[in-house]
Amino acid sequence: MRLEPRADRPLAILIGYPVAAIAASVIFCALLVMLSDVSPFSVLWLIFKGAAGSQFAFLETLTRATPLIFTGLAVAVAFRAKLWNIGAEAQLYAGAVMTVVFGTGFLPLPQPILIPVLMAAAMFGGALMLSVPTFLKTRFGVDEVVTTLLLNFVAVLFVSMLLEGLLKDPMALGWPQSRKVIPEAQLPKLVEGRRLHLGFVIAILAAIMVWFIDRKSALGYEMRAVGHNPKAASFAGIPVNSVLAKTALLSGGLAGLAGMSEVAGLRGNLTLDLSPGFGYTGIVVAMLALLHPMGVIAAAIFVAAVFVGADAMSRSAGVPSYIAHVMVAVSLLSMVTAVMMTRYRMRWR
Amino acid sequence: MDAIEILFTASLWAAAVRIASPLIFATLGELICERAGVLNLGIEGIMTAGAFAGWLTVFLGGDLWFGVLVAALVGAAFGLLHGFLVVPLGLSQHVTGIGITLLAMSLSYYAYRLSFPQVTSPPKIEPFQPWAIPLLSEIPVLGEALFRQTPLTYLAFIAVALVSWLLYRTPAGLAVRTVGENPQAAEAQGVDVTWVRMAAVMFGSALMGIGGSFLTLSAFNSFFFDMINGRGWIAIALVVFGSWRPGKALLGALLFGAFDAYQLRLQQLAGAYVPYQVFLMLPFILSILALIVMSRRAAYPRALMIPYRKGER
Amino acid sequence: MTGQEAGEREIVLKLSGITKRFGPLTANDAISLSLGRGEIVGLLGENGAGKTTLMNILFGHYVAEAGEIEIEGKPLPPGSPAAAIAAGIGMVHQHFTLADNLTVLDNIVLGTESFWSLSSDRARARKRIRELGQTFGLEVDPDATVATLSVGERQRVAILKALYREAKILILDEPTAVLTPQESVSLFNTLKRFVAKGLSIIFISHKLNEILAACQRVAVLRAGQLVAERDTAGVTRAELAQLMVGRNIPQAKAEAQQPGGIVLRLEHVSVRKGSRHLDDISLELRAGEILGIAGVSGNGQSLLADVVGGVVAPSQGTMAVDGAELRDLSPRVMVAKGVARIPEDRHAEGLIGDMTVTENLISESYRASRFGGRGLIDWTKARVFAKKIIADYAVKCPSPEAPVRLLSGGNMQKLILGRVMANTPRVVLANQPTRGLDVGAIGYVHEQLLAARKRSAAILLISEDLDELLSLADRISVIHRGQLSESMARADVTIQRLGLMMAGQGFDTGSTADAA
Repeated sequence: MRLEPRADRPLAILIGYPVAAIAASVIFCALLVMLSDVSPFSVLWLIFKGAAGSQFAFLETLTRATPLIFTGLAVAVAFRAKLWNIGAEAQLYAGAVMTVVFGTGFLPLPQPILIPVLMAAAMFGGALMLSVPTFLKTRFGVDEVVTTLLLNFVAVLFVSMLLEGLLKDPMALGWPQSRKVIPEAQLPKLVEGRRLHLGFVIAILAAIMVWFIDRKSALGYEMRAVGHNPKAASFAGIPVNSVLAKTALLSGGLAGLAGMSEVAGLRGNLTLDLSPGFGYTGIVVAMLALLHPMGVIAAAIFVAAVFVGADAMSRSAGVPSYIAHVMVAVSLLSMVTAVMMTRYRMRWR
Repeated sequence: MDAIEILFTASLWAAAVRIASPLIFATLGELICERAGVLNLGIEGIMTAGAFAGWLTVFLGGDLWFGVLVAALVGAAFGLLHGFLVVPLGLSQHVTGIGITLLAMSLSYYAYRLSFPQVTSPPKIEPFQPWAIPLLSEIPVLGEALFRQTPLTYLAFIAVALVSWLLYRTPAGLAVRTVGENPQAAEAQGVDVTWVRMAAVMFGSALMGIGGSFLTLSAFNSFFFDMINGRGWIAIALVVFGSWRPGKALLGALLFGAFDAYQLRLQQLAGAYVPYQVFLMLPFILSILALIVMSRRAAYPRALMIPYRKGER
Repeated sequence: MTGQEAGEREIVLKLSGITKRFGPLTANDAISLSLGRGEIVGLLGENGAGKTTLMNILFGHYVAEAGEIEIEGKPLPPGSPAAAIAAGIGMVHQHFTLADNLTVLDNIVLGTESFWSLSSDRARARKRIRELGQTFGLEVDPDATVATLSVGERQRVAILKALYREAKILILDEPTAVLTPQESVSLFNTLKRFVAKGLSIIFISHKLNEILAACQRVAVLRAGQLVAERDTAGVTRAELAQLMVGRNIPQAKAEAQQPGGIVLRLEHVSVRKGSRHLDDISLELRAGEILGIAGVSGNGQSLLADVVGGVVAPSQGTMAVDGAELRDLSPRVMVAKGVARIPEDRHAEGLIGDMTVTENLISESYRASRFGGRGLIDWTKARVFAKKIIADYAVKCPSPEAPVRLLSGGNMQKLILGRVMANTPRVVLANQPTRGLDVGAIGYVHEQLLAARKRSAAILLISEDLDELLSLADRISVIHRGQLSESMARADVTIQRLGLMMAGQGFDTGSTADAA
């Protein structure tokens, strides 16, 4: 059995395979659901209703999509340059910490100034977090997959330490959490009475900016070249290490913004459960989007819909909400398979 | 007892060996995959699935060793999926590996919640009991450390010897090593590269599954969320640290176990002055440092992560 | 000829109607060929004619769309190297299929014992390898790690691999590409010893002289078809060349011209990178002159190219362009100084396969103001530039937006030439510029190099092809184990002399010529 490059790729193939991928993951999860004696159709219907069945549900989905757009962009930017950033989780928390350090009263600035300052601080924190593994990669040849992964654990422990120490909210009753950010630091809500906040708009703008960098700038070109063939890029004179460093700054910065957005827009403070794995889910979002910045928006909304819908479904039908994680994981694997199948055909000889 | 005295207690070294055991299985498993040229980032998820599957089997009435076997088979099953996506289909080993971790973990958690929807404290089983080896266990310090462990720990040591011998003294091991160095060379000798790679990944993943089951069947007695806690990733660092050799990997795992056991005891000593999180961070930071030290002289398998397309010359 | 007419020989191998397609390209078109016992048959054709594809089908790496193979009258199951080996076929690939980090013994023994066997009889294997080595004059240490062996020694291991498995039919793919002329002669003698012991041999090459020297019969492939079969005793070079290429390609000739001043100078350059090294290299490139570097692969050529290309900085010694010493070496600096670099490996170093033609053409100049400048790229301007290069250099590609990996080797090389020559460079570094190209593309590259020479560029031509060097270079130096000889005028040089120098004669390395 082997693979042969396809000579041509008709639209039917380009669309058919990805659609089949999503369908496959839905069917797989439907089968899993049948194990729990609940009708898969009702489960799917409840998920759909929970994600988009009302204005409230839809806005909740968009709210949930906001950090995923940021981490999806972060991962997409890095993966384009073949910088395997699996540490978006740590970078997100770094951004959240910076937001809390500067946004809980340390800087008494008016809102139009404070918010951009906090964004910059969060980006700095996230960028720093990814710069260390990237430096280790370019200087010592240490594979960044493992270092970024291990730093995720270090970061969570570090946050836990801060929440019980330096950043502790003196008014909280035993539960480790930080002080609340001041009102000037809060990202305003977009719709009265709902949780959707300005972070969503910032995320969309970030996606457009990433698209612009990729398509129109010399840096975007350099990042793509380094990702495809670092040896040839270096031979042509592209400074590979410098490009990777800039990629790390951008990618880490975007993930840091996810943390800032969640703290300043949604939660108001920092707790240990700020991120239920947004960093890892960002990888799924980026791959479903085929690393395309505008695709990240669509993929983030899709993934958020699955999670929000599953939460709602779980409350009424009792099927464990982990089904959402399963669906997302299967979607990732089936999508990368589908993309491969649009480029190659299977030969049995 | 002060910080230095702890280093000479038998209990420290016994704990070191105990902590090292799941890492030994996991590191051996990843080592085999990487020697064949395949990076297996599904390790964290496979260990979770092995832990859950082994525990569930025993909870449902199975024998402990049968639980270990089920864990191995579950590991091999995920290994088969990873191998299929990555070898014949040639998908990105990084992305597929993360996908397998997410899939295996989410399936385990889903199955767990499905089976036990209402529990607040995890249900328990009767785990492996330590089995003292007569005579050898009487040796001071070393005896308690090495020869009063559970049978799964003994299995870990046997596995090191077995994998070492398989890798260096059998034709199958030579095939695995060549396939990871230069798959064209293996193909030119009539070896089926796809088959060898997939077999290696399945075998390695089975070991990872057993490593996961150690946690639920030997170290602890129940399954809880996030129990693997990064051990899979640490194993990947240990593979590099051990230069892809089973003997060195064992050494690395033991050193890490000693460090982790030491840091746990230090917490009790210095807990008033230093936050416990600092101690918990140290093993991860140590792993990163180990990587830095070893990466400079990395003797990695040359064909690692390069997809093999048959006939593409 | 060994006295037996071809028709009286027992046929050991028969290929009938072999056809192989890769998408729209027909690599082999209904080829039928026979090999008699004890024969050495040459398979002659330019790069891209389909010789290696045909042998890969024979050895089981590929499966043909049509056709059959018979070994000693029995059909050969397709697509399985294991079946081919079992039937007695041994292949010495052009790029040796050896695992560098394993020992000679490991490489030879792989696949010879059952996969499920619980032990490996290495002592017996070691003994057998030594015996085979002695019988055929292919001595090599079984416990040496392949990475430490020279190219010639690695070829011995590759041949021993086949002999160890009792090959009756031996396929050699371009075996002399990595040998000195003297070593090639020695190889031909070894082949005669094989034949005396009952082997039959297929000798693939694109070099006419060698086919005539080593083979009794020659089959000529052109564009995937078998165009002729001749006995080598009764055919001339000219006839074979005509059959091989099918049209007249005028040989590029360098006109005499006076060289100008020194443009690039290396003085006492030494550098070490891993196991590769250069020791005390000094050379001068003059305007309007081609300096050729001859040498067997692996003697420091690629490191020399890396230094001149700015990829590796020398640890000792200096490099100067127009008298000004260069510090802070990098590819960008060299490009800025007007050094055009044609890399050895178009796929790994020269071009980024997944990027478009346009993107590849601006890879050295994307920050220039003519493409936008100030950190942005104006793709419209880039596309105009690309279209001009494609037209000027007659590059055949579907469009400027096509990914470069779709192009043929010759067109890829034209792209690289277009990219580096567009800025009228003062220095051209050409590292194996015609490797793997068909005759037409080779001619084109030679034309471009000579045109650059006419424009007073200084050219450093590194090549393993002595014929190429002798026809193009004004002066020639030989590189051996990281050391460079004095440059010699072309008129003072013969192939024999070059061959001896390539093997080490005249170099201060403590070892004399190794003409195994």
